[in-house]
Amino acid sequence: MKGCEAIGEAAIRANCTLFFGYPITPQNEIPEYMSRRLPEVGGTFVQAESEVAASNMLYGAAGAGERVFTSSSSPGISLMQEAVSYMAGSQLPVVIVNIMRAGPGLGGILPSQADYFQATKGGGHGDYRLLVLAPSSVQEAADLVQDAFDLADYYRNPVVILADGLIGQMMEPVEFKEDRQPCKPLPVKDWATTGWKGDGRPRAIVNSLFLDPTLLEHHNEALTAKYDVMARDEVRSAEYFTDEDYDLLVVAYGSVARVCLSAIRQLRTEGKRVALVRPISLYPFPSEVVDRAAKKAGRVLVVELSTGQMIEDVRLAVGKEMPVAFHGRTGGNLVTPDEAREKILAQLAQKEASK
Amino acid sequence: MRDSNAFNYPQGLNEVVTHYCPGCTHGIIHRMIAEVLDELGVRERTVGVSPVGCAVLAYNYFSTDYQEASHGRAPAVATGIKRARPDLMVYTYQGDGDLASIGMAEIIHAANRGEKITVVFVNNAIYGMTGGQMAPTTMPGQVTSTSPRGRDIAGAGHPIRMVELISTLRTPAFVARGTVVRPLQAIQTKQLLREAFTHQMEGRCFSMVEILSTCPTNWGMPPAEALTWLEKNMMPYYPLGVFKSPEEGIDRAPAPLCAL
Repeated sequence: MKGCEAIGEAAIRANCTLFFGYPITPQNEIPEYMSRRLPEVGGTFVQAESEVAASNMLYGAAGAGERVFTSSSSPGISLMQEAVSYMAGSQLPVVIVNIMRAGPGLGGILPSQADYFQATKGGGHGDYRLLVLAPSSVQEAADLVQDAFDLADYYRNPVVILADGLIGQMMEPVEFKEDRQPCKPLPVKDWATTGWKGDGRPRAIVNSLFLDPTLLEHHNEALTAKYDVMARDEVRSAEYFTDEDYDLLVVAYGSVARVCLSAIRQLRTEGKRVALVRPISLYPFPSEVVDRAAKKAGRVLVVELSTGQMIEDVRLAVGKEMPVAFHGRTGGNLVTPDEAREKILAQLAQKEASK
Repeated sequence: MRDSNAFNYPQGLNEVVTHYCPGCTHGIIHRMIAEVLDELGVRERTVGVSPVGCAVLAYNYFSTDYQEASHGRAPAVATGIKRARPDLMVYTYQGDGDLASIGMAEIIHAANRGEKITVVFVNNAIYGMTGGQMAPTTMPGQVTSTSPRGRDIAGAGHPIRMVELISTLRTPAFVARGTVVRPLQAIQTKQLLREAFTHQMEGRCFSMVEILSTCPTNWGMPPAEALTWLEKNMMPYYPLGVFKSPEEGIDRAPAPLCAL
């Protein structure tokens, strides 16, 4: 399956019944797939007038208690940031897929990882956190999308799937497990606006307005307590060769991590000792894993399709004594295995020279 | 209050004091909506969407489930609710800054998709909550805090007539304008609201009622004078009536083009 179609099918398998979206390259295969598939399963597809409207439709539908989903690409995700902030403030479970393209501005339509800051550090206004998951294969994209719906429902929080155009356009085999179980217990949505009968639950109000500063502070404290649990329980990462001896740790996520892994595998056959940590959850960032793995190497190389965003979280994780080098490409250019190899070899040489 | 035979709260309203200024007509409009929801027997399956503006706290006043939208986005939020749960009655309550300025795209497209929602549009020709700035509906020459020399049509254009604009679309079922400045007009406007909600209840289509309203505080005049000002200045420009109704078959579809 193509990555975008696998993402769409994964949402259907996760019992998502509603999609609201707006066309933007390079993710149009997702809304197209949903417009075809949702009516087959009794769901609803709406092509909104803008990403602004689509994200607010998401807000309304999530507030009514249904599983909802949208996808877009970088400039469209920027337009959704207002609603994302409101959804975080109102604690609405939604899944948002960003098939990142190169920026800033209209930028280009080729793959990028330049929306890391936007996804993990806010994007919209106010104190809030999103769960951010980054797949590095089509299968993983399908798995993470299904998990994302469970996580969103469990935490009552937006979950972002941060992928690049490469994942969206790539074709790989995908397996959907028929007996898949939710990755989290799914709470009853007794807070949703389903019509108030005056008995049983209190009146449902989906809202993020607290004019009383004390009440707003209490609200923010409650959100923070929730984010703390997310940060503790939802860290995900993959490690490669970290249980062996190595002289350099590479940290990369998404499609770039696969490129780096190819280079590392080749280098290991040549006796070069290199390991890789691939963060899967970008928020919460797998700081402890990165720190532990970095200490073993004494030197880190971060590779991204940006001018350096995740590297800030790596630096926070490993502390300022640890040498952390960076290699990034932008504009839609990819890191090739040869390029990764060259940068890794250069770091190994520097380490050797500094002994 | 419920013990009094003379004046009961409708079931659709909570018995709370509102934050609205003296002489403001939001209270009358709230009550009329609540009465209509009671009369149609749909209160228990109604979800309202409040705007950003003076009615931002409407969720405190109505005894139904409610969602608070960001500025201008109420029709998109209502779209999401209605598409998720078509059995619900969904309405938005929006002011003129919210609906006619920042929310122009959302209202036009919700109307044009024929979302089965009801829009209550309160037009008082000014931004109330933010302190009396010029709105797209502000009258030419009207003094506001951001048009201190009066609205200059050379730079700000003429006021937008939303009901007329929406009624040019082919899809919407019911588009009307009323006011609450005089008791008889308030009764007529309640009838318009009943009709709008009935169209939704019967699964017909998008319905919208604009209600001309006063803002004595930000207009800077006593309530009684504000009523007269509205009649004299707003009503000639914003005529009352039903602009589009499925029953009357009013449809502004263009004539077909000649075959080439």
